[in-house]
Amino acid sequence: MANHSAVASTSASKIWGGGTSPFGMRWGKMFMWIFLVSDAFTFSSLIIAYGAMRHRFPDIWPKPGDVFTHFPFIHGHVPLAYVGLMTFILIMSSVTMVLAVDAGHSMNRKVVLRWLGLTIVGGFMFLGSQAWEWFHFIKGSENGAYVLADGRFARTDDLEPGVLKFHDGTMVEGAEAQTLIAGAVKNIKGANLTENEYGNTPLFGNFFFFITGFHGFHVFSGVMINIIVFILVYQGALDRKKDYELVEKVGLYWHFVDLVWVFVFTFFYLV
Amino acid sequence: MSSDIHHEHVSHAAEEKAHNALNKKLIWRVFWILLFITLFEVGISFTGIPHVVLIWTFVALTLVKAYYIVGFFMHLKFEAIAAKYSLLLPFVLIVYLIFIALYEGTALMHTPY
Repeated sequence: MANHSAVASTSASKIWGGGTSPFGMRWGKMFMWIFLVSDAFTFSSLIIAYGAMRHRFPDIWPKPGDVFTHFPFIHGHVPLAYVGLMTFILIMSSVTMVLAVDAGHSMNRKVVLRWLGLTIVGGFMFLGSQAWEWFHFIKGSENGAYVLADGRFARTDDLEPGVLKFHDGTMVEGAEAQTLIAGAVKNIKGANLTENEYGNTPLFGNFFFFITGFHGFHVFSGVMINIIVFILVYQGALDRKKDYELVEKVGLYWHFVDLVWVFVFTFFYLV
Repeated sequence: MSSDIHHEHVSHAAEEKAHNALNKKLIWRVFWILLFITLFEVGISFTGIPHVVLIWTFVALTLVKAYYIVGFFMHLKFEAIAAKYSLLLPFVLIVYLIFIALYEGTALMHTPY
């Protein structure tokens, strides 16, 4: 039964000749890996679809640096700082998870509980940050954006009232801006699945809700699974089995969630 | 039964290496690497570096971060070679999907919905 140590062998015939596990891991962990590969394909498809649409509408797609500019208690534009903080929280919770898995190898129940507990706290912090970000994304700015009579799309800025900003960087202000606003066809505030004030395409909002939402749901599931494992460890179930591999398996899932965020961070917020 | 046969063929050094594969010092080193890369990415996004250069830098750094998370945190670097190949080779399909989807997206530029 002890096939933990089947990590490296010398020749192919020794690996595949029977009597040992070629993958060097038990089926439960292998199936977690296979699930994660399939989940990675799902996330890849979502992000690649985002990339394809961004290549299709390069001249109207919002610049992420102009969209995600809020930071708690700071009045002004602080692009990227908030998602940077969210990334930090998730990487940190990944580290506490590795430390929990590490303690599991030596069956140290108390230390596993401590690090797993901190991982759960980190997960809730991330979910809270995401809720805050969604709130600001959906609420939008004070005056929103205008679809002008000539079909052009102009955004406003809370910090520079009375100024209309176009996607190419040009601005209009004063009486001219007032005339354009007066003749505007539509005023869009915030974001939903059919329109958003960040760019003249509903796709931007759709992708934001679906990609970060799908990832957020994974984080939520991860936190719930971590809580279940925490309770099991607390009750001593893994000590009775003399086997802490369960912690390792949920650890894999949690690191995967962190991994996906690394890609979402790059392709949604940086590029 | 199998473990006895197997142990003869695992050199002592390799066993030692697998055992110490992910000690606490290495865990924290990976953490600092990930944090530094993230801060570096946020930092250079505000500089005047041409956008094309930035994009490729971000993609490269993201793959570096992915390597550290999958390799060390998820421990794949220290798993059996059969597991590594079985789990990583399917991603060739993702590279292909990136190519065809972005090519298609560019080709469809400005066609109506």
